[in-house]
Amino acid sequence: MSKIGVINYGVGNLQSVKNSLDFLGIPNEIVDKSQEISSFDKIILPGVGAFGAAIKKLNDLGFTEEIRKFSSQNKPILGICLGMQLLFDESYEHGHHQGLGLIKGRVLPFNEKIKNLPLPQIGWNNITKVGVSPILKNVEDNSCFYFVHSFYCEPEKKTATIASSDYGIKFAAIINENNIFGCQFHPEKSQSAGLHILKNFSSL
Amino acid sequence: MIKRRLIPVLYIKNGLIVRSEGFSYHHNIGNVVKEAARYNSWDVDELIYIDISREKHYDLRRDDYNVNAYNSIGSIIKEISKVCFMPLTFGGGIRTIDDVSFRIQNGADKITLNTGALENPKLITQAAERYGSQAVVISIDYKIIENQPIVFTDFGQKNTSKSVYNWVKECENLGAGEIFINSIDRDGKANGYDIETINKTVASTKLPTIACGGAGNLEDFVELAKQTNVSAVAAGNIFHFTELSYPRSKILLKKNNLNFR
Repeated sequence: MSKIGVINYGVGNLQSVKNSLDFLGIPNEIVDKSQEISSFDKIILPGVGAFGAAIKKLNDLGFTEEIRKFSSQNKPILGICLGMQLLFDESYEHGHHQGLGLIKGRVLPFNEKIKNLPLPQIGWNNITKVGVSPILKNVEDNSCFYFVHSFYCEPEKKTATIASSDYGIKFAAIINENNIFGCQFHPEKSQSAGLHILKNFSSL
Repeated sequence: MIKRRLIPVLYIKNGLIVRSEGFSYHHNIGNVVKEAARYNSWDVDELIYIDISREKHYDLRRDDYNVNAYNSIGSIIKEISKVCFMPLTFGGGIRTIDDVSFRIQNGADKITLNTGALENPKLITQAAERYGSQAVVISIDYKIIENQPIVFTDFGQKNTSKSVYNWVKECENLGAGEIFINSIDRDGKANGYDIETINKTVASTKLPTIACGGAGNLEDFVELAKQTNVSAVAAGNIFHFTELSYPRSKILLKKNNLNFR
């Protein structure tokens, strides 16, 4: 079975991603050094917190370049939550920041677009499948996943969104373009539906 | 559309899960990790753990549960996060940014700040800057004094003279991500939620509010969900003593057309 590297760039709780992969019996390792990436078949880019601080860490630790190289070899990458947002060209979270640029599009704030709904969106929301992708295998339409975010991704190509969700406005819950995958929710925190997504990613 | 959450709150005292009443009486219920696995199998939305140990040593003291003794909150969090695939919040005794980091690095998704935030409000900002607002839950224990909800700290012992609504606003401005309010008067009393204070708290902030304190039967969840806009309904004791209370609550809430998972 192929081995997944979980990128450690010093933000958030990546132990929970590792725990869920261990639970599923999927070979995985935490990757602390950017040059180690190339030895893996797939990588997961987790992340919580602020976009600006995260991309700075990725740059400083040399991950940005290595992740782009990894992607150019057509190897699968899964971004989770902020990790998904980092895959995009740019983000407007507290200013303007460049992302990894693996998916064309941008990251925008929910702010007044969602009227009186609480911010951040914290909790379980259902998804609607709007595309076909191996990562959606055995995931039922309308399944619930755990979301925690105040910003959302807007891919340039509509077809990049393969499942959407609704929080005052419709937004991309899961994206897939070629070898790049992203979930706005936390599959590692979404009980059995989330574990399905991780299993699908591991069997790509 | 987003679902509302039903959250069991578990109190840990010296490595054991305890039942709490009026913040002073604690009755041992069982082993932390076994309880966590039970809740995971009930497919709960989320779990909140509050460590209420006064003296910081952790010892299971009983070996009839067939698990290792846990000598630190770190190992407790680590073990729980291996068997739970839902969001985990840990609180109790957090005073410094290192305390926050320690919990998150061991597997907590969020932490709660209570006394620590009142003693040092900058801690809220520090934690939010390092881990994001979503990881910072402000836990507020309050008593009604002259018709006003007043914040109490130090296990509900110390009156801060601060109004709950003002403190909520302050925390929001400092970078908190969620508000957890708990009525001391109703803790373990099973006489229903404090609907009025909960409604006013929800109205006073943009942040999601989690309400706790007073659930005596499953109908109390329905009443709270119907009469307020809380993002999450939380309770402690009821989940320990009522057979299959969690799945039964979910069925009842959905039967009432309330938007739960």
